[in-house]
Amino acid sequence: MKRVYSLEDVCIGCHLCEVACITEHSRSKDPVRAFLHEENRPIARCTVEERDGGILSFSTNCRHCDEPDCLRACVSGAIQKDEAGVVRMDTEQCIGCWSCVMACPYGAVQRNVKAKKANKCDMCPDREVPACVCACPNRALVFKEGTPK
Amino acid sequence: MNYVIIGNSVAAVGAIRGIRKVDSEGTITVISRERHVAYGRPLISYLLGGAVTEKRMPYLPADFYEKNRVNLLLGREVVSVDSEASQVKLAGGDVIPYGRLLIATGGDPFVPPIEGMAGKERVFTFTTWDDAARIKGMSADIRKVVVVGGGLIGLKAAEGLHQIDKQVTIVELADRILSAAFDLNAGRIVAKKMKANGIDVINGDTAVRIDGEGEEIIGVTLKSGDFIPCDTVIVAIGVRPAASFLKGSGIEVNRGVVVDDTMRTSVPNVYAAGDVAEARDFFYGKKLPMPIWPDAYIQGDIAGISMAGGEIEYQGGLLMNSIELFKIPTISMGITNPDPGDRYEVLTYLDLGASVYRKIVLEEGRLVGAVLLGKVDRAGIFAGLIRQRVEVAPFKDHLLDPEFGFVHLPKEMRTTLFSPEGKAA
Repeated sequence: MKRVYSLEDVCIGCHLCEVACITEHSRSKDPVRAFLHEENRPIARCTVEERDGGILSFSTNCRHCDEPDCLRACVSGAIQKDEAGVVRMDTEQCIGCWSCVMACPYGAVQRNVKAKKANKCDMCPDREVPACVCACPNRALVFKEGTPK
Repeated sequence: MNYVIIGNSVAAVGAIRGIRKVDSEGTITVISRERHVAYGRPLISYLLGGAVTEKRMPYLPADFYEKNRVNLLLGREVVSVDSEASQVKLAGGDVIPYGRLLIATGGDPFVPPIEGMAGKERVFTFTTWDDAARIKGMSADIRKVVVVGGGLIGLKAAEGLHQIDKQVTIVELADRILSAAFDLNAGRIVAKKMKANGIDVINGDTAVRIDGEGEEIIGVTLKSGDFIPCDTVIVAIGVRPAASFLKGSGIEVNRGVVVDDTMRTSVPNVYAAGDVAEARDFFYGKKLPMPIWPDAYIQGDIAGISMAGGEIEYQGGLLMNSIELFKIPTISMGITNPDPGDRYEVLTYLDLGASVYRKIVLEEGRLVGAVLLGKVDRAGIFAGLIRQRVEVAPFKDHLLDPEFGFVHLPKEMRTTLFSPEGKAA
């Protein structure tokens, strides 16, 4: 299956992947409205890591593992793998115990502390190519076939 | 093949999925003494406290058993296993033959003899949906509760009771709560928060007598001689592998059912997984019961695959717990209280006021344990470093940083994990 991969050599640390992720998961799907006016603004499901003032940066995200550690750790059954191989989080079912945060070796599950819900990449079900990939100005994120765990 | 699984929690679910990865034809029968479909067992404190409703308890999509063609026998108890005749016997006399058997019965709460306990109406354990439902159903009559045991189960019971406005005192024999996973600092931070919420935490003491006439409880007398008034007692000292029904089966049971790295027991065609099993630990290869949810899933998965003839090997159980207590998220994993000596190096960061604590345990330059309180984000990166036995000495100065991430790791590792050229380990 296709996954999102990041290329640290060309990432400029602009965080637009995070902005795009938040926007895509907002109600309005409009960045200005999402950031300024929406209550319970979503959190980004990708994480830009930076070091030494941005000399090194890259975006990390969910690997949609074949045998997901987050799924096995989830005590409520909120995490399930769908038929396409996408690892999905049912936030209604999530109880915010952070067992998935504990288990994911990629650090790819985010805590929405305000909502007390875990969030993770859902591969943007309404789009052909995930929003983070589309938003990356210098193609530091690519969407392609690969073989993670 | 005719697969029979005793027990219906997460190890059984892992096993059902494991079997179906290899064998789509065989029949699967699941026998459970509980009357519920598989449910999120750790959710019972949320059920008691009102944070989840009964509707949210089921762990699986509604069509799971049907999709995996599982014959589910609920409310039936297995009383013995005849491994020579390859059959299990149920209470009531029914006999069910098996081709491959999985013992996934989990743990039974351990209730030590406490003077005065017999005949008391409101003494509970707290490990099942029905336990939580019973306590909730009686909650109008409950005012003050003594929880005996300050481990995971006791603390979550206390939190649930607190959420429905009950007065709670926890009595814990060790010098800190959550002594198995926490160290003194972590225990202190959480205990302080609990006390601020009006929950009494008594350490270094235990209940020796339940006082009261007939069914009525008026309080608990502690070993120290102190008397704690209460009307309800929850015994949460721990769980023991639920293996007593295996007496006479020939299956080797130590503390739990002893299994090899494919989850096979000492008897042909019989496997065990989850809290009832005693499998190898990750670090030293010692066999011991490890009653934690993710590990039960993994063991179940391995057992299922093995039972169906597939090949897979257990990596060893890694102790890990994530629990939020009174709004302090806590995650602990691996070796958290190493023996003092040169063998281990311990790094800590403590901000008592902000309830933030980080402890990192290294053994010969490799990460073997961590305790994180307050800021727990991306804790799983540590779990990955432990499991992959990564040499962390080159970047150990960054491990206490709340922003610690892959950016601090060698580039080859990132390439392996994240780039399209690489293949994740």
